[in-house]
Amino acid sequence: MQLMKLYLDRSHLNRLPPLSSLGPCIALLAACLFFSMQSDRFLSGQNFSLILQQVTVVGVIAIGQTLIILTAGIDLSCGMAMALGSVVMTKFATDHGVHPYLAVGCGLLACTLVGYLNGALVTKVRLPAFIVTLGTMNIVFAITQVYSGAQTVTNLPDALLFFGNTFQLGQTNITYGTVLMLALYLLTWFYLRDTAPGRHIYAVGNNREAARLTGIATDRVLLNVYMLAGLLYGIAALLSVARMGVGDPQAGQTDNLDSITAVVLGGTSLFGGRGMIGGTLIGVLIVGVFRNGLTLMGVPSVFQVMVTGILVILAVATDQFTHKKG
Amino acid sequence: MTLKHRIALAILTMAAGLTGAADQPVIGLITKTDTNPYFVKMKEGAQEAAKAKGVKLLTAAGKSDGDNAGQIAAIENMIAAGAKVILITPSDARAIVPTLKKARAQGVMVITLDSPTDPQTAADALFATDNFKAGVLIGEYAKAAFGDKPAKIATLDLFPGHPVGIQRHDGFLQGFGVKKGDASIVCMQDSYGDQAKGQTAMENCLQKNPEINLVYTINEPAAAGAYKALKAAGKEKSVMILSVDGGCDGVRNVKAGVIAATSQQYPLRMAALGVDAGAEYIKTGKKVSGYVDTGVMLITDKQQKNIESKDSAFGLNACWGKK
Repeated sequence: MQLMKLYLDRSHLNRLPPLSSLGPCIALLAACLFFSMQSDRFLSGQNFSLILQQVTVVGVIAIGQTLIILTAGIDLSCGMAMALGSVVMTKFATDHGVHPYLAVGCGLLACTLVGYLNGALVTKVRLPAFIVTLGTMNIVFAITQVYSGAQTVTNLPDALLFFGNTFQLGQTNITYGTVLMLALYLLTWFYLRDTAPGRHIYAVGNNREAARLTGIATDRVLLNVYMLAGLLYGIAALLSVARMGVGDPQAGQTDNLDSITAVVLGGTSLFGGRGMIGGTLIGVLIVGVFRNGLTLMGVPSVFQVMVTGILVILAVATDQFTHKKG
Repeated sequence: MTLKHRIALAILTMAAGLTGAADQPVIGLITKTDTNPYFVKMKEGAQEAAKAKGVKLLTAAGKSDGDNAGQIAAIENMIAAGAKVILITPSDARAIVPTLKKARAQGVMVITLDSPTDPQTAADALFATDNFKAGVLIGEYAKAAFGDKPAKIATLDLFPGHPVGIQRHDGFLQGFGVKKGDASIVCMQDSYGDQAKGQTAMENCLQKNPEINLVYTINEPAAAGAYKALKAAGKEKSVMILSVDGGCDGVRNVKAGVIAATSQQYPLRMAALGVDAGAEYIKTGKKVSGYVDTGVMLITDKQQKNIESKDSAFGLNACWGKK
């Protein structure tokens, strides 16, 4: 009898997706439903395209953040790395006369180096990720300000603005940046689900020591994750430059917390090892939908901040709750 | 789940109660932040004017000063909501330019309030305080007060590259009659317009040169911070602090003798004029252009000869923040 009950419970649990992955979807759908009832301008392809455009930068940063949080780490330096990348690629292309493609490469490299520095300090010096990235956040911010003279970089060549351009899909204008972001999510989904290095990230996040004992080179995995995240911040920098049309040294100041918000809203556990990249995309979209919807309704933006805060707490509470039960 | 659902629904219904009527002409107001009393006053002025003109006012703000991405999203969302006019206090004078260009290409009239874009022509019009003049006023006041007494000046500025900070700073120097790089300027520090940072900056300046006797501050919170530092060093009586803004706390500090004089600006008037111009554009298609000076007035209780000023009672009546 006891065994029977256990079996039933388990099969029941297996059939339903866990609450933590369903909750974000429901919240997003409920919000969309609500806003479409409130404003007849909400439900249109153009408006959804707009929301997607608005979340591209944080969306791509949040991919890197998800990878790091899956390893039970955290990255506070991501926004600053992004700002550094955007200044490097724009200044190289304008002031130093480097070919735009090469300039973009230099920006990506700069961000990857920040990632390498984070990863090296976490693995080789064995410092907690929170402390490491708190430090590099400040260092990278200062470097960006000094290098740019705190000045916005303007008059960019068209090549840098490509991802801000749009193409037509039916009645809707979609930016190439949006496509790139969605493609990166798809790639990451595949990477985490179907490749050995992807599975290793989960293993390290679940239990670093156990992973090491099974023969996974945990330090290597961690270093790779931080570098990969850095590269993603570089791509986010390119998207930011294309979207805003300038290289902005003040950019990214709240992107660390915004990306963590998205990861948490998407149901990824801050304790590592559990979570899905698709959830992060939904988390990013929830924030974007609320900002857009509340503006369309004429609600002051401070309420958007409040709603986001409430949702974050709800999301973590749900995570705790399901974790205890599972 | 049900709990989450119920709470979410409660929030959403609450938000629903806040919606206004549909199908009115729409004007958007985007400030730098939601929390600064200066922008709260600006919003108040816009709301009153919008009510009087029968237009719907949408408001949004960046998360923090310098949040350009947040302002861009706000502009896009407001245009999606049908706004024909955007009033904005740009957080980043240059970074916002490409987005404003796109908005104007769609027939939206853009008026910058309080601070200009770089170049200023990126917006249709600028309704703002003449920040250079605001600086000149306190500079001239200090000159009248100092006469031939040698000055050792500390300036607590905004942050590097910000046009408003530069204009006020330069205006002050011109009003006082010293050139940039003059030996009498013994310390220059960024305060970010923040009281705590202003205090730290002043403390460090006093370490550098204890003989400082004249302090220019970018705004009154920075002035309050400077005063705390001077008081701790026992110098609050012998040093003159000057400022710009005219917020209620600032004017009270003028009354209390903490700040000798401040140049007061009028955010409520900026916003009201902006909404009026916006309503006019929606009705008739007539755009405003160029720079509209929304006025600045020297507030002090220690009047100087030949310097036009009003007292703190006048200032308190016209200030923003908690009266």
